[in-house]
Amino acid sequence: MQGHIHSIESFGTVDGPGVRFVVFFQGCPMRCLYCHNPDTWNASLGQSYEAIEIISKMERNLPFYKTGGITATGGEPLCQIDFLIDLFSLAKAKNIHTCLDTSGILFDRRNEMLLKKFDKLVSLCDLVMLDIKHIDSDMHKRLTSCSNENVLDFAKYLNEKGVKTRIRYVLVPSYTDDEDALKGLGKFLKGFSSIEKIEVLPYHNLGQVKYEGLGIDYPLKDCNIPTDKDVKRAFDIIYSSMK
Amino acid sequence: MRNEWYDFNSGAWEDEINVRDFIQNNYTPYYGNGDFLKGPTKNTKDLWQAVSELKKKEIENGGVLDMDTKVISTITSHEAGYIDKDKEQIVGLQTDKPLKRPLHTYGGIRMSVKACKDHGYEIDPEVVYNFTEHRKTHNAGVFDAYTPEMRKCRSNHIITGLPDAYGRGRIIGDYRRVALYGVDRLIEYKQNAKSSTNTVMYYDVIREREELSEQIRALEMLKVLANKYGCDISKPATTLKEAVQALYFAYLAAVKEQNGAAMSLGRTSTFLDIYAERDIKNGVITEEEAQEIVDHFIMKLRMVCFARTPKYNSIFAGDPTWVTESIGGMGTDGRPLVTKMSFRYLNTLNNLGAAPEPNLTVLWSSQLPDEFKKFCADISIKHHAVQYENDDLMRPLHGDDYGIACCVSSMKIGKEMQFFGARANLAKCLLYAINGGVDEISGEQVGPDYRPVTGDYLDYDDVMAKYKAMMNWLAGVYVNALNIIHYMHDKYSYERLQMALHDKNVRRWFATGIAGFSVVADSLSAIKYAKVKVVRDERGIVTDYIVEGDFPKYGNDDDRVDEIAKEVLHTFIQYLRQNHTYRDGIITTSILTITSNVSYGQNTGSTPDGRKAGEAFAPGANPMHGRDANGAVASLASVAKIPFMDSQDGISNTFTIVPSALGKTNEERIDNLIALLDGYTSKGGFHLNVNVFDKELLLDAQKHPELYPQLTIRVSGYAVNFIKLTKEQQDEVISRTFHSCI
Repeated sequence: MQGHIHSIESFGTVDGPGVRFVVFFQGCPMRCLYCHNPDTWNASLGQSYEAIEIISKMERNLPFYKTGGITATGGEPLCQIDFLIDLFSLAKAKNIHTCLDTSGILFDRRNEMLLKKFDKLVSLCDLVMLDIKHIDSDMHKRLTSCSNENVLDFAKYLNEKGVKTRIRYVLVPSYTDDEDALKGLGKFLKGFSSIEKIEVLPYHNLGQVKYEGLGIDYPLKDCNIPTDKDVKRAFDIIYSSMK
Repeated sequence: MRNEWYDFNSGAWEDEINVRDFIQNNYTPYYGNGDFLKGPTKNTKDLWQAVSELKKKEIENGGVLDMDTKVISTITSHEAGYIDKDKEQIVGLQTDKPLKRPLHTYGGIRMSVKACKDHGYEIDPEVVYNFTEHRKTHNAGVFDAYTPEMRKCRSNHIITGLPDAYGRGRIIGDYRRVALYGVDRLIEYKQNAKSSTNTVMYYDVIREREELSEQIRALEMLKVLANKYGCDISKPATTLKEAVQALYFAYLAAVKEQNGAAMSLGRTSTFLDIYAERDIKNGVITEEEAQEIVDHFIMKLRMVCFARTPKYNSIFAGDPTWVTESIGGMGTDGRPLVTKMSFRYLNTLNNLGAAPEPNLTVLWSSQLPDEFKKFCADISIKHHAVQYENDDLMRPLHGDDYGIACCVSSMKIGKEMQFFGARANLAKCLLYAINGGVDEISGEQVGPDYRPVTGDYLDYDDVMAKYKAMMNWLAGVYVNALNIIHYMHDKYSYERLQMALHDKNVRRWFATGIAGFSVVADSLSAIKYAKVKVVRDERGIVTDYIVEGDFPKYGNDDDRVDEIAKEVLHTFIQYLRQNHTYRDGIITTSILTITSNVSYGQNTGSTPDGRKAGEAFAPGANPMHGRDANGAVASLASVAKIPFMDSQDGISNTFTIVPSALGKTNEERIDNLIALLDGYTSKGGFHLNVNVFDKELLLDAQKHPELYPQLTIRVSGYAVNFIKLTKEQQDEVISRTFHSCI
């Protein structure tokens, strides 16, 4: 089976622990206002690869990844869950640390067929980085065009399965930085034993040039970039609400 | 055992000149971290302040503070000079005043005259007269012997940077010998050598006897130099301070006599640590005093300067001296050669701030102690003034007492030297193959009149066959030009002091170099995997190319193009090796351009990879800017494929990254940099310059140079002050791939 891959970054240092081979998947059902990879939205684009081709590319430079591993991100890797399972199965067979960076949006435990796939997938993940865009479903919809039920349920599912999880939260001024939202997120995550880390990522506008290239209007033209102080405040609120 | 050697362990080193044996029997490997290190003393701060002021004035003055225009620099030519005598632990200047540039004339009087003139100074007419009419120079000798073909290759820039008008450099004296044995013992050794030469006076024996006499003379003068500063170095050093001072006098004598392109120091830190350990153990000095001695020594090395023309500096950016010092590495017995002194040397970057000189070079092995790796990575991220070279590659060839000359040239200290040989422009050679030896800019028939490409589209097999024939020709002219250069350098500007600090029998590496490596690889890949149409001008010369379609590019870990790169290198080194060499030098080559990649590009027409005429080449063995599309590991993996044995004189790679792309926290950044270095060296990568800084910072430094007097960046194999680069070079550095990911 072939996957549609947007690009590969062979020296990833910010998407999981250590030095990582980062695979950007093509395709995403969400349309986050602050998305910095709009070039990954269209599922029909990208370059086709067999999973084994990607693993071979990585494997030839394995000495670089001793403290890291492979990260699947995108786009939304779950759009190509069968390919993702292939890829991580091969990685695990070679003892490579696997990390899935996802929004969890396609999780649906009512669909039995799909759930089986997720069971298989998470058994192959050493780490899941789950992006929770907003704790409030309406705000989530406004921000991403999708509601957040599946996302929050995926967080619970990861906890049930005991999969090591990092929660990532993008801090977007006047969208995701109000105290109630931050507190709400913290309360929701309370008692999740699988969570090893909360990362608050400041919104940045480096994706703007890509919008211009694609001829799409950039939705957050006048949005400010949060300061380190803002990030710390947000983290502190989430963290203290988890206790 | 001699009194001066109290507390040292015995060994073969007592009876023979054998510094390595002394080190192996006496050094203490250090596995800890940098917590023991001390900051600068008041005297250190005062002295560095004074030197910084002078350096500032030098920049305001247009690059030089003062130049000697009368006294020809020799080991003993000047009286003692100081920065601030009472505060200096380590003394000695090239001339009588700090940063006053010495006058060297033996390499070539024309260059000396021009260097002075360009800075508004005039050499004493009598000196010029004497070195024109009475005393021949290296430069004059070379041009007497050059063939018309060699001159054409030079003026058309297919061979450039030849050391035919100045000192060749890249010879490292074993300066440690002076500290360990004292000068008298070294003179005795050379006298024995002289009395045991062959007695049939064939030309090589005559040369050897004359050279040994010169070496002995230089050693005598070295003692006189020390005396001028009130020191006696005829006997072995008894303390760390004496050892550093003696070692420095020996180095100083070398830079007083020679204005070599690279005047490197060697591998001194672990040797000196033995003295520091002894002194600290016996209560002679404290850690703070040990650091002060090192700081003052390094400060002196930062002050080494030569009279150069602005044109020279525009090729080898930023007034370089390449006082390269090799630190760390592993011993052949498995013990790391890391000592506390390795940390103290690197700590000078904390104590004095970042600086391009001395060119601190860490010999990296995956076996190095973890704490030392972390310390190096931390220093790299803070000061971006360290380069790394693969000890695991070099140790099997050179053992564990080699050092780096210039940027990447390795040699056994005191046992091997090299004949420095600049670079051949292999990208231009490819254009000559296409145009039948006609230069694409001047239109001159420079190479042999071989059949040019005739069709509108380039055919890979056709071009490759023509290219190989042209490389074969180039290799011949190139090596023969170097034969002339080194013959004349030995004759008219012999490095007597440096060679006095070598063994009697020396192995000579005959270094050559390659420029335009990635341009050639990509060009051939374009011809093979895309369609390349030629564009001829009114003279019928191909001067431009239209590339139709995509092709694999060097720097993406793609064997289709990386194999082409390897084949070109292998072919060229084979052709080079077919030539006779002066003094039976062993041919090596390097893929290193320092910053001359900018001027090589300026002098080379458009190439089949889509690069336009005049555009800079990538530095060293780096992939072309922006063509490495799969991130740093893939880029490094491509470079790491180049076999060391085909390019034994070094494969230079410059790695620039913004801090945020190296990791989120400082701890992560350190760990990731270590992973990168371990990965690169275990893949067989040879050399890595590490620059960690923001593009914004560079843009700001370009606009406000006065705010960044110490901003040091690494270019291939070398560190420079960013503000000393020309505008073009600054732009080139900025445009170079910044590895960042979102």
